[in-house]
Amino acid sequence: MKLDSKIPEGPLAHKWTNHKNHLKLVAPNNRPKIDIIVVGTGLAGASAAASFGEMGYNVSAFCFQDSPRRAHSIAAQGGINAAKNYQNDGDSVYRLFYDTIKGGDYRAREANVHRLAEVSGSIIDQCVAQGVPFAREYGGMLDNRSFGGTQVQRTFYAAGQTGQQLLLGAYSALSRQIGLGRVKMYNRHEMLELVKVNGKARGIIARNLITGELERHSAHAVIIASGGYGNVYFLSTNAMGSNVTASWKIHKQGALFANPCFVQIHPTCIPVHGTNQSKLTLMSESLRNSGRIWVPKKKEDAEAIRAGKLKPTQITEEDRDYFLERRYPAFGNLVPRDVASRAAKERCDAGYGIEANDTNEGVYLDFSTEIKSKGKQAAYAQGNHNPSEEEIIKLGKKWLEEKYGNLFTMYQKITDENPYETPMKIYPAVHYTMGGVWVDYNLMSTIPGCFVAGEANFSDHGANRLGASALMQGLADGYFVLPYTVSNYLADEIRTGKISTDLPEFAEAESNVKKQIDTFLNNNGSKTVDHFHKRLGLIMWNKVGMGRNEQGLKQAIAEIAQLKEEFYSDVFVPGSADELNPELEKALRVADFIELGQLMAMDALQRNESCGGHFREEYQDAEGETLRDDENFKFVGAWEYKGSDISKAELHKEELKYEEIKIAARNYK
Amino acid sequence: MAKSALLKSSIGKKYWMALTGLFLCLFLVGHLAGNLQLLMPNSQLQFNQYALFMTTNPAVKILSYLTYISILFHAVDGILLAIQNKKARPVGYAKSNPSANSSFASRNMAVLGTLVLVFIATHMINFWAKMHFDEKMPLMTQTIEPAPGMKSEYYVGRAVGQYYQVDQVKLPGEKEPEAGLPPKQLEVKNGTDLYNVQANVKVGELYKDLHKITFDFFKDKKYGLYFTLFYVFSMLVLAFHLWHGFQSAFQSLGLNNPKWTPIIKFAGKAFAVIVPILFAIIPLYIHFSK
Amino acid sequence: MSAAKNINITLKIWRQKNAKTKGGIETYKLDNVSTASSFLEMLDQLNEQLVNERKEPVAFDHDCREGICGSCSLYINGRAHGPDTGITTCQLHMRMFNDGDTIFVEPWRSKAFPVIKDLVVDRSAFDRIQQAGGFVSVNTSGRTIDANSIPVPKDDADKAFMAAACIGCGACVATCKNGSAMLFVGAKVSQYALLPQGKVEATERVLNMVRQMDEEGFGNCTNTGACEIECPKGISLENIARMNREYLKASL
Repeated sequence: MKLDSKIPEGPLAHKWTNHKNHLKLVAPNNRPKIDIIVVGTGLAGASAAASFGEMGYNVSAFCFQDSPRRAHSIAAQGGINAAKNYQNDGDSVYRLFYDTIKGGDYRAREANVHRLAEVSGSIIDQCVAQGVPFAREYGGMLDNRSFGGTQVQRTFYAAGQTGQQLLLGAYSALSRQIGLGRVKMYNRHEMLELVKVNGKARGIIARNLITGELERHSAHAVIIASGGYGNVYFLSTNAMGSNVTASWKIHKQGALFANPCFVQIHPTCIPVHGTNQSKLTLMSESLRNSGRIWVPKKKEDAEAIRAGKLKPTQITEEDRDYFLERRYPAFGNLVPRDVASRAAKERCDAGYGIEANDTNEGVYLDFSTEIKSKGKQAAYAQGNHNPSEEEIIKLGKKWLEEKYGNLFTMYQKITDENPYETPMKIYPAVHYTMGGVWVDYNLMSTIPGCFVAGEANFSDHGANRLGASALMQGLADGYFVLPYTVSNYLADEIRTGKISTDLPEFAEAESNVKKQIDTFLNNNGSKTVDHFHKRLGLIMWNKVGMGRNEQGLKQAIAEIAQLKEEFYSDVFVPGSADELNPELEKALRVADFIELGQLMAMDALQRNESCGGHFREEYQDAEGETLRDDENFKFVGAWEYKGSDISKAELHKEELKYEEIKIAARNYK
Repeated sequence: MAKSALLKSSIGKKYWMALTGLFLCLFLVGHLAGNLQLLMPNSQLQFNQYALFMTTNPAVKILSYLTYISILFHAVDGILLAIQNKKARPVGYAKSNPSANSSFASRNMAVLGTLVLVFIATHMINFWAKMHFDEKMPLMTQTIEPAPGMKSEYYVGRAVGQYYQVDQVKLPGEKEPEAGLPPKQLEVKNGTDLYNVQANVKVGELYKDLHKITFDFFKDKKYGLYFTLFYVFSMLVLAFHLWHGFQSAFQSLGLNNPKWTPIIKFAGKAFAVIVPILFAIIPLYIHFSK
Repeated sequence: MSAAKNINITLKIWRQKNAKTKGGIETYKLDNVSTASSFLEMLDQLNEQLVNERKEPVAFDHDCREGICGSCSLYINGRAHGPDTGITTCQLHMRMFNDGDTIFVEPWRSKAFPVIKDLVVDRSAFDRIQQAGGFVSVNTSGRTIDANSIPVPKDDADKAFMAAACIGCGACVATCKNGSAMLFVGAKVSQYALLPQGKVEATERVLNMVRQMDEEGFGNCTNTGACEIECPKGISLENIARMNREYLKASL
């Protein structure tokens, strides 16, 4: 198979404009005759469905949640980037493009990323017009803040709930189309198979999660916007329902899966508390502006803390190891996510972890320095040039509360510790997956008529995503890319007519799904689905997590293959197929996670380099920094499904060409 | 197409509850001001004059019709709302802890309102109906001693200085005096009009003695204490109803902002405490006064 | 920090096979629940136990488990989202309970939120209210005016945000003794009414959304204020007042 990225000719800055000018169109009178299916209603899915509805296509949208408003885009906290340069600090489309390519450690496609930067401004205009209440300055203008990996203020935000506000904006646009009857919404439906007719995507089989009924839906194009696959690790910041099933089903139908090993581990999450833990909670990256990350210098202190004999506040300044400041003096606590995460892991692996859980995994995020400095500033600002220690601390805490009050409260609710008095405990956790279904410039997968958008595709973030870029990509794909490129594809479908769901392909797909469901329900094994999911998560976290090596990856591949066998022979799924059955839903999802997990390990094994979120322990310099290999690995690794034995999957390479940007080592020292 | 339904929509109903409720609060103030006269010594004439004014003045009449309509509307609308709200939760909770998030008064407006309505009904039967329709409504009299040793009862005329000896006045339905006694010169017609029997000419007007009715009611040997207690209890109910209702009306009409709401809430609570207490003092005073 | 410990609890949970069958409260004993667990993790633990006993696990809605998606619901010991305030059920932790406690867990109760199974209810009425008018009618072309061409006073933007922080969980309806949805609708109406972008259609919006709300069978607001207390996002009653104002304006 030859991978054709279909990147348009011409100078980078004009590619998208020229491309759009030459794309084929579907006339308004023809659009109602054409059906489009959108799976997933996060930022990418909701915005795409709303756009198609508005254009006049006949749209069916699916989500497994009880409402499209609940998709996990809603949980994004920090903000959304856009090259508006409202702050007059030298931002431009080019800089946003450059920062994103560099942040992705030179493993993203130039043309896609440039397009993303080009449309970023329109996203903000669009959202404001929709009534998204972004933060504003006293003059009534939009406020910005800065985020990791950049030197400008280009992040638009709505307190710590930017994702929520953007999603509700897209949801409102979608709701409008549903109200007008142009989009038919299917809540509590899960896509379980893609139906291909003559090689083209022609529909899906979806399970109504309430009645259990398997439904056939046909369309002229299918858009997959079902998010990332972080839950392969069991514990992640993803929602409990986030899953890879839609992406994996199309993969099995012929869509290549690209760079599965590129996973972002977010450094500031609340550590695991115990074996019953179901989910990890993120503490916003913005906290690293004010907090200093440390562990004790002495192992015996770390041990004493874990045993509850010492409190962090009793460790003197000299006995603290501010390891990010030590290793990366230039960026300090504000190094990119992948770098910060690895450094924390390195300390904990060496025995300096402070959390009293099974793995001792945890480091401190300490605000005491900030309390003192901001408290002093505040005292001076009030005209008190000789403040007492107490006054300083009081004012400093007040400053923190104004800035991060809601985050501190959330932390306290979860951990029962007061972060104003004692340092927060944090540890990295799986957060975002850069890898995903391979798509060309038009966001079409290798299956004609099957498009993939948002986190579900691999396209824009390379090996590491910068903060505040995921929201940008989701909305860019849905509002400003797919409406053009999907129309181009559909221009050849105006004579096709309605696609019958009575075609044998639909019947076969449905019977396959039914067979899988029956297999699980009749299996009568002895262990719960979660049992297997947790075991998978443990293998993935330990061997395909923050640090990977050849031996571990090989073990992981074998262990996952073994786990898969055990899963199919010993899983127990209660209940029946014709009712709301959450255990069955989980089983179907975990089946796909297991296969994906194996592919991730294989991808990590073939990539003999360290880049972005992918850190191979064999490829690091003397100081423990990543060693990228541009000569041999400057490509997108796209895997082709070759049957249920995942180890037979075949790797295809799409060479990455850098015409505009000169590749350099990422240095944050 | 969007259509407003000021009568039928949920929010429309709230407006009506609020507007009628606030109007009734105004009514309470007026009513209270009048009733407080009962606490004054020798208030008989003043109070009966006030009662006359309240039942005859055309402006007051309009207001009183508004009041009746408000009470009816407030009650009917309130009952409709309560029924609708009951239907909104066909299956209740096995365990509920409402005191964690709302006041007793706010949750029981319908019950409190019903009790207030019962009170209003009995109150109107006891006083308002007598005042308006009772043919035997007593007329105000006064004991006058024009000359030493000549103390006797006189009806008080509405014109200043007019008094009519009780013996001389024939009340409606009163039998002719027994043979031998002189026929009475004057006769009461139309409730309070005083006519010269022979000439059939109106010679004056009397006052209905609401004051006496009131005092007799609460001082009744047998039931006075129960009546008093019932009234005090009803005022307690009213207090709770107002405790929530007053500020709630402002919220329903859309008046809620950080600056004014605390003031409205405070005023509402003060109103809910002061007005019923003052009302309640009256029967207590009457009952226990000598 | 109070160190995590294990407690034993008794659960009284509403079980209902589906929308058509009658349900009832079932009692379960659950031992060794870590006080560091969230309430939903405790239910996970119960379900693991039930599945291992070959019994049907308890169905409940949940997704993000960080208090933002609005999926989780649950009326716990007589209160929406349980005994703590300012949080959703997924953020409620077992340290709020004591060893030996009996905990009632029931679904949201409202005519407009019919039970689907066990603790899962159908909240699509909220979606339909949103579809009736909870949007600005602007095409998604991106060819709108520049985002900064209409200044919005910071105070209005902040208030609009605070209204927009609603997660649509339905706790307001569940806790309201009248099953009223006015906090939800008021918040949505307010968000748009406060912003210049939303003012254009303000009249139609409030009338349409209120009409849909009434059609769905929600109760009326009697201003008890319970919704505001139990709302995990602290949506203010001011929003209901603003909706009342908007509706009056639109009606006159």
